[in-house]
Amino acid sequence: MPDLSTTPVARNSPMAPPRSFLWSRWIFLTLLTGFVLLPVYVMVSSSLKPLADVTGQFRWLPSELTIRPYIDIWSTVPLARYFVNSLIVAGAATVCSVVIAVFSAYAVSRYSFRGKRVFTVTVLSTQMFPGILFLLPLFLLYVNIGNATGIALFGSRGGLILTYLTFSLPFSIWMLIGYFDSVPRDLDEAALVDGCGPLGALFRVVVPAAIPGIVAVAVYAFMTAWGEVLFASVMTNETTRTLAVGLQGYSTLNDVYWNQIMAASLVVSVPVVAGFLLLQRYLVAGLTAGAVK
Amino acid sequence: MTTTIERGRPGTRPVKAAPANRRPGRIRRIGLPYLLLLPALVLELLVHLVPMVIGIVMSFKVLTQFYIRDWGSAPWAGLDNYSLSVDFNAPVGEALLHSFFVTVAFTLLSVALCWLIGTAAAIFMQDTFRGRGLLRALFLVPYALPVYAAVITWVFMFQHDNGLVNHVLHDQLGLTDKPSFWLIGDNSFYALLTVSVWKGWPFAFLIVMAGLQNIPRELYEAAALDGAGIWQQIRRITLPSLSPVNQVLVLVLFLWTFNDFNTPYVLFGRAAPEAADLISVHIYQASFVTWNFGAGSAMSVLLLLFLLAVTGVYLAVTSRGRRPADA
Repeated sequence: MPDLSTTPVARNSPMAPPRSFLWSRWIFLTLLTGFVLLPVYVMVSSSLKPLADVTGQFRWLPSELTIRPYIDIWSTVPLARYFVNSLIVAGAATVCSVVIAVFSAYAVSRYSFRGKRVFTVTVLSTQMFPGILFLLPLFLLYVNIGNATGIALFGSRGGLILTYLTFSLPFSIWMLIGYFDSVPRDLDEAALVDGCGPLGALFRVVVPAAIPGIVAVAVYAFMTAWGEVLFASVMTNETTRTLAVGLQGYSTLNDVYWNQIMAASLVVSVPVVAGFLLLQRYLVAGLTAGAVK
Repeated sequence: MTTTIERGRPGTRPVKAAPANRRPGRIRRIGLPYLLLLPALVLELLVHLVPMVIGIVMSFKVLTQFYIRDWGSAPWAGLDNYSLSVDFNAPVGEALLHSFFVTVAFTLLSVALCWLIGTAAAIFMQDTFRGRGLLRALFLVPYALPVYAAVITWVFMFQHDNGLVNHVLHDQLGLTDKPSFWLIGDNSFYALLTVSVWKGWPFAFLIVMAGLQNIPRELYEAAALDGAGIWQQIRRITLPSLSPVNQVLVLVLFLWTFNDFNTPYVLFGRAAPEAADLISVHIYQASFVTWNFGAGSAMSVLLLLFLLAVTGVYLAVTSRGRRPADA
């Protein structure tokens, strides 16, 4: 348990906080830590239990530690295939989303043009649409495009990539505008004088200076695509199924292998959680620069 | 995409707009911002705006499984789908109204709790103390976990026979006479609320934390000189300074929670219990299980209208008295 009572640097208040504040803080943060960690503990501990431990009454500690669930998860359902599908879909959606967001944010940050405000408001307002509203039409639109042109969007990874990249796009553009605004204009004007075109200035000056923001946006885009359930459940078939849908395969079997479900949940979480925790300070910095003004 | 842009091929619109004797460089400079925005614009149109228009058209059509393959030729239904949805004396409308009230209650409670916990945690962690960095990382874990992985863990915890919740409440603390059902019946509402708050509060924490960094330190120093204690500083400086951040934060939390599909869908599967029948899952059920896409679309359009109205009223009310310079 971290020691919460010491305040070596009271950053914002020159006076030392009173005892009542320290006590409330300690109690509040301890309870909150318990609430946050409880499912994480259940996930980790149950993933190391034999099946008997998760079918009977709940046990806080495993009767014996076993890594068996981590071996079995790959054969109970085709987890590796789902994993690869998720990696392809989330990876491609992230790359496309970031590249497109960089172009858009650069235009909004560096140029004044007619329709700028309409663009930002429209793009941001798509965030408020209920997913369910455009799920049905998008489903039909993809089917129709497939029938008319032969481009298989429905049931394919391509359709899912296309869909997911637009989910993260608005927030990514919004955050990158803030980041780009904080890169001094003198830098890219100097590059323009040196003979770079506008795109040269973007890629040689602005993008390198905004790497933390771009990284944060990439993490966000990846998380969005990695965790989405609604569209994945409608728009994939057996071969293109992603983890979001595939993980439910463990519970539809006759015996519910909770130890395997927990092991699989942990395995699919590690890439995103690790990436997020490593890069979260960029996200906070990005929010401070762009969003929260 | 990239090559089109790098060639700097001027779009047709800017060419027409610019007089013929202008130098090409000038045309490029006028057209460039639009070219840069083009990919984002096309994709948003394709995935969000066009489907929304199609959805509105669909809501006026008879769109059952017979017409799905060729929905353009489905007969017009006039307002039938809407009258079916809002006829609160008939089963369909009654169920929709019930789902709506459940969603409103759920959203209000969830947003309030997420905001409260997130704000409190951010304020308590404003000053440095040992372990603060670690704690901040831990607190963001629920937000970082993929929804299905996190929610499926809660499903396990809420199991009747082998779950942690019943083990603690019944076996260890003896608070209940017999093990409770959490994922069916009336308790499911509280199960859903718990999971939603657990998953949602770190976002409020993240945003408030960023917002706190923009409050000038001089404000606190001046207040301290005037003899204000820390609780007073929080009440008189921190909270009022956060109000622009809160305006956006509460709205975003509201919209996300109201539209949430992933959490209830993973928690309950396709058939949500009546007490936790959120509107998104309800419409999904109405569309994909009964294959009545027309009625499902009408319900979605009603949902969108409701959200637009709430957003409009909310922004009008909360922006009143705000200086225009803030915007």
